[in-house]
Amino acid sequence: MRLTLTPHEGTMAQEDTNIIDQPEVLTHRMVTIEISGKQYEVPEGITVVKAMWYAGQEVVRGIGCLGGFCGACATYYRTKDDPKVRTCLACQTAVQDGMSFTMMPPFPARKALYDIQTLKDPKQDLFNLYPEAPLCRNCNACTEACPQKIDVREGVWKAVFGDFQNVSEMFMDCVMCGMCTPVCIADIAPNLVALYVSRAQGAHFTEKPAGLDQRIKEIQDGRFNDDWSKVLAMNEKELAEHCATVK
Amino acid sequence: MDIHALQQIVHKTRDARRKQTFPKFNPADRDQLIHKYHPDFRASAYRPIRFGPNEGDKTVIELATLLEGDSSIQDGAELTPHHRTDVLVIGGGGAGCAAALHAHGAGAKVILATKLRLADSNSVMAQGGMQISVAPEDSPVTHFLDTLKGGHMQNDHELLKVMVEEGPSIAKWLISLGVLFDRQADGNLHVKKGGGSSKPRLLTCSDYTGLEIMRVLKDEVLNQKIQLLEFSAAIELLSDDEGRCTGAIFKDLDNHQHVVVAAKTVILATGGIGRLHIQGFPTSNHYGATGDGLCLSYRMGAKLAHIDTFQYHPSGAVYPEQLIGALVTEGIRSEGGHLVNAKGDRFVNELDTRDVVSSSIIRECEEGRGIRTMSGRVGVWLDTPLLDAEHGPGTVEKHFPAMMLQFERFGIDISKDPVLIYPTLHYQNGGVKIDTNSETNVKNLFVAGEASGGLHGRNRLMGNSLLDLMVFGKRSGLTAASRAASMKQGALTLKHLQRYRAEAKQHGNVSGVISPMILPAYTRKVS
Repeated sequence: MRLTLTPHEGTMAQEDTNIIDQPEVLTHRMVTIEISGKQYEVPEGITVVKAMWYAGQEVVRGIGCLGGFCGACATYYRTKDDPKVRTCLACQTAVQDGMSFTMMPPFPARKALYDIQTLKDPKQDLFNLYPEAPLCRNCNACTEACPQKIDVREGVWKAVFGDFQNVSEMFMDCVMCGMCTPVCIADIAPNLVALYVSRAQGAHFTEKPAGLDQRIKEIQDGRFNDDWSKVLAMNEKELAEHCATVK
Repeated sequence: MDIHALQQIVHKTRDARRKQTFPKFNPADRDQLIHKYHPDFRASAYRPIRFGPNEGDKTVIELATLLEGDSSIQDGAELTPHHRTDVLVIGGGGAGCAAALHAHGAGAKVILATKLRLADSNSVMAQGGMQISVAPEDSPVTHFLDTLKGGHMQNDHELLKVMVEEGPSIAKWLISLGVLFDRQADGNLHVKKGGGSSKPRLLTCSDYTGLEIMRVLKDEVLNQKIQLLEFSAAIELLSDDEGRCTGAIFKDLDNHQHVVVAAKTVILATGGIGRLHIQGFPTSNHYGATGDGLCLSYRMGAKLAHIDTFQYHPSGAVYPEQLIGALVTEGIRSEGGHLVNAKGDRFVNELDTRDVVSSSIIRECEEGRGIRTMSGRVGVWLDTPLLDAEHGPGTVEKHFPAMMLQFERFGIDISKDPVLIYPTLHYQNGGVKIDTNSETNVKNLFVAGEASGGLHGRNRLMGNSLLDLMVFGKRSGLTAASRAASMKQGALTLKHLQRYRAEAKQHGNVSGVISPMILPAYTRKVS
């Protein structure tokens, strides 16, 4: 979705040279879009979420962080004359003329329940918790549905083959929007599988940081007590001076 | 001139800038800069609060109006509880999840209510990291001193000592739940240097630290089968005859019914106020950051601290228009990214505290050295390609995948082109005053996380918020659970509201708005 930054005539008359052309903002060109099948005129280039507000819609479900991290605003959209239905995060995508979109309703995927800390054999447990995971039929629809560009299908296979580390790295970008789930013909919820795998990787297959335990012990043993009594006994002025010496 | 032409100055001056070192301000200059340019010192944006526990204290007009607002609950409202619980947690972000998990772990019956979905919060967006003194050359005392300095010496010492000392055990807890912090080759936790910190102390999960922590905590709340009330906005608290907190009334945003919850203890973890758009600033905050917890606890008689000071994060996006206000993580500056004005010059030590950096950006723009976009917004450059030049190609992509993707969606490659930034309303430095157990002066009412005040003084250091959420979420959860175990449920009344309304009347009545706000009114009125 590249924005074209064409220089606009008439805007060059500004005295300031420190100006960025943003004709799509300045001119407020209106475009026609469809929200859940209904037509609206909205300013070109605003985000999909803002287009809903502009159209007068109250949005409660379907908005969260507005920063592209929470996955609440998973949306299906299609651009003019293109049969391909794509996915996006509504807060991170600009509308364009002829665009048609609808927000994804919450999907009733099954999340397995587990106690991550007491798992005995996390790689084997995957098959008890998510027995559908090995049934992937390689259709690749999940990968195509991912607005974060994660190779989801590959991730599911790697999970099944026990490469938990790789999965946890691949899914660090996952915002849990769940768009990989409704498209799965094997009823896998890949994001939930990956979340389990990542947590297991962190809790069971990652080295315990020795320095951290050392620091916890130092605090328990009172290694910093002298420093504390010195600092806490200072008056305001002394403390300010002391802070200034910390470099 | 288009954006690419304007950016050339950043590319042209890069090599010369790489050789410069830019000193930090001395304390006198720093104070002068902040007093002149920081939005906290814009007197016209402030007014005294007319009544209540902070009568006479100044805060921004937007917040004062809400604090003096009226409740939507009328006297005589039906208060028969729909749910009963030991601990009621209001808010589903980092502090709320941590509180719920610890209270549940301590054996209490917990209900977690949130007006959006579980985990929809600012926490999920925290990119920069979490400050914990784990490095051998670092110590909790140094963390304490750095934070105090950053907070203009106004931080509550007791709260701060608790936070820095409990940091390492929090990291251990999160790792045991499966949080994947970045590691060094030897398996130890990797630490990065944050603005205002003398030692590298930021634990990170690339630039998804908050998201990674929240994915795990949300999953854990679900695994522990903690009872949830999602899309339920708290609209009033409940009190007994002695003024102790005994529950809350919610509005179910799906069916608009009231839901009454009787609780022995209540933990407010409702987050910040960015969506009030104080002084017209754009914000990096999530949709629900409307300061609800402040209004609710204020009517109950809870005292607020430092509510005249807010954090304007130095680097909010100014371009493209779709990303206005969105955060450009401080991590970029931690790794050496320069701030550059329209002349191609640096103008501040990029690792100074957030208030100093923001003030200096505002100074550059007000004095005509900013870069103006066609929509009338002004900003300065953040030289992101410098990171690749300095640390090798691919650095930006590897260390900041979230930010790369965010701009890529609008056709901008931040590893090749600098980004235009201006301060964005980011954090409420103050909030409801709490003690070290996270309890307010209202008995059995706890506040944790951004909604609380005192810990960060007048300016929060980068990376201290995630730690605040975890430490005081835990403390509030544990204290609330143990308190609940040894007491009976108190009566459910609205006596605090009667008192509040009587006081408002004496002072010429409420402000005329209904608070809490719940969600910002962005929907256009279509005639």
